[in-house]
Amino acid sequence: MAGLATTFGSGAMTNSINEIENAQVMLVIGSNTSEAHPQVARRMFTAMDRGARLIVIDPRRTLLAQRADIHLAIRPGTDIPLLNAMMRIILDENLADDLFIEMRTENFYELRDMLFRLDLEEAARITGVELASIRAAARLYGRAQKAVICYCLGITQHVCGTGNVQSIANLAMMTGNVEKEDTGVDPLRGQNNVQGACDMGALPNVFPSYQQVDIDDFREKFERAWHVSLSPRPGLTLMEMTHGGKNGPLKAMFIMGENPVLSDPVMSRVEETLDNLEFLLVADIFLTETARRAHVVLPAASFAEKTGTFTNSERRVQMVRRVIPPLGQSRTDADIIMDLSARLGYVMDYESPAEIMEEIAMLAPIYGGMHHDRLENSWGLQWPCWDREHGGTPFLHKYYFTRGKGRFVPAAHEPPAELPDDDYPFLLITGRIYHQYHTGTMSRHSVLLSREAGEALLQLHPEDGRRLGVRGGEMVRMRSRRGEVRVKAQLTETVKAGEVYTTFHFSEMPVNLLTVSAKDHFSQCPEYKICAVHLEKV
Amino acid sequence: MHDILTTCVYCGCGCGVYLHEQRGRVVGATPSRNHPVSRNNLCVKGWHLHEFIHHPSRLKEPLMRKNGKLTPVSWDEALSFAAHELGRIAAASNGNAVGLLSSAKCTNEENYLLQKLARAVLHTNNVDHCARL
Repeated sequence: MAGLATTFGSGAMTNSINEIENAQVMLVIGSNTSEAHPQVARRMFTAMDRGARLIVIDPRRTLLAQRADIHLAIRPGTDIPLLNAMMRIILDENLADDLFIEMRTENFYELRDMLFRLDLEEAARITGVELASIRAAARLYGRAQKAVICYCLGITQHVCGTGNVQSIANLAMMTGNVEKEDTGVDPLRGQNNVQGACDMGALPNVFPSYQQVDIDDFREKFERAWHVSLSPRPGLTLMEMTHGGKNGPLKAMFIMGENPVLSDPVMSRVEETLDNLEFLLVADIFLTETARRAHVVLPAASFAEKTGTFTNSERRVQMVRRVIPPLGQSRTDADIIMDLSARLGYVMDYESPAEIMEEIAMLAPIYGGMHHDRLENSWGLQWPCWDREHGGTPFLHKYYFTRGKGRFVPAAHEPPAELPDDDYPFLLITGRIYHQYHTGTMSRHSVLLSREAGEALLQLHPEDGRRLGVRGGEMVRMRSRRGEVRVKAQLTETVKAGEVYTTFHFSEMPVNLLTVSAKDHFSQCPEYKICAVHLEKV
Repeated sequence: MHDILTTCVYCGCGCGVYLHEQRGRVVGATPSRNHPVSRNNLCVKGWHLHEFIHHPSRLKEPLMRKNGKLTPVSWDEALSFAAHELGRIAAASNGNAVGLLSSAKCTNEENYLLQKLARAVLHTNNVDHCARL
């Protein structure tokens, strides 16, 4: 999100999901949309039925890639040279939107100078894609009247994640593909309320509505509202908290509804960190791998047992409604927090979630018009929604960017932290699959989903399978510099020879024992998409 | 039997989905016909949205580690111990040694309260969630 914040001023989908249906060209990069965001993929297929063209940039031949007009199967981690090459071609062939660049953006010359120094042949060589295909993709995208770029964690989970996002933003601004309906840059959010958790300031550097903690005006506003003095120093990020090890910065943690043992990179390091805390409090609906290490575990209510709101990927704030009372003695997380707070000597007294939302609306400008009574009688509202009269915002940056002028931030290629070598000759990519979800806390407790996909599979190219003597369904031992797991092989041409793919949903095959802890310097996003592994038949 | 419109808890699409309630149990899920995202359609996870809710291994009572083992205790005991420990460590370190992880699975209201708990009560900005994972 840091990438879009620096270029556009706002790190969220610029379009609504339904607008994708009307695009003429769709550029999907680093997103296995049909598995991870089925409803977005559905809009893409509709658009194709209406004549839209699809460009997919992905190292794997995903379902979407198989249906694409152009599939650029790049070497993992080479998105920046590829995007820069596309931009250079757009510039050379006069497909840039000069008026848009002039009126709505700044710092274009820095990007242009960098692009003029770019050697196209060299860039193509780095990415492993034919220059002719890159040229075709650049022309297709550059000529479109309405073009949408969708990206996901395949872009952000790299050491150069922020640079990747900035390059996407550069490409969109250069061709004027931002300010209009059905046209834009759409980061697809992985979890149902990631957008909302960010909006609510569950981040170490900002209060709700992205108001920085180190800016006095913002901090004083919250000090007045909450009647306390607040720290101006940004806090630790998730990776800093969970990877401190034995002598980490933390002595106590409260983890609400997350499972970092399984979801964070270098699992052994997370376990070491949590085991060395003086006090660990976990609230969750199941006894997760993280909860098993806690000193106190609180039973939380599931989404069907509480009222509130979620914010989806297109910034739509919508109601979650209580269907049944909390099971057993479980309580909602809001209840738990209020009770804890009272015992700590600070009374949070809200009669209902609607009352909490009133406070949010007062303090968070982009949620200024979000009131439960308005959300109850509609399909939700898309932020920014400034006040009670405001009808929400289906697409962002109309007339001007959130930050004023869109800023071009040129990025240069940064190689991945760990690439295959003689000892670890395969490149491992991790991701999600259709039938399971994240660490499986919910989806693995569903009988039918687990029947469809009940165990982890390692996608392996048939050529590599032959070389290793591994047939489909046989077990392989997969080892990296950090750990080792055993996993069942699935031979498929979805992956290229030399590259393998698996998921992190299954605790029996904790693939994050293998992943690297390298991360993007700005966003702190770990490089899940690339590490080097060694494979052998068991 | 009641059908209650709510929002799916799996991915970031945010489908409108009806949960079917029968005698205190959630027994099924069907898409909302007019919802702008779901438009009468769900993915396989959405259709099976209700299945984990009543799973027998759902946590139903507070647990506390006693002699190395997680043991059922009362809410009062669990919360007063938790508050005491968090308060003690926060006070001794000026908030620096306490960290909170919020959840992309919880509601906006709950996320708001958690960061308020971190900042206003435990005096720390050490609050984050798995946006990057």
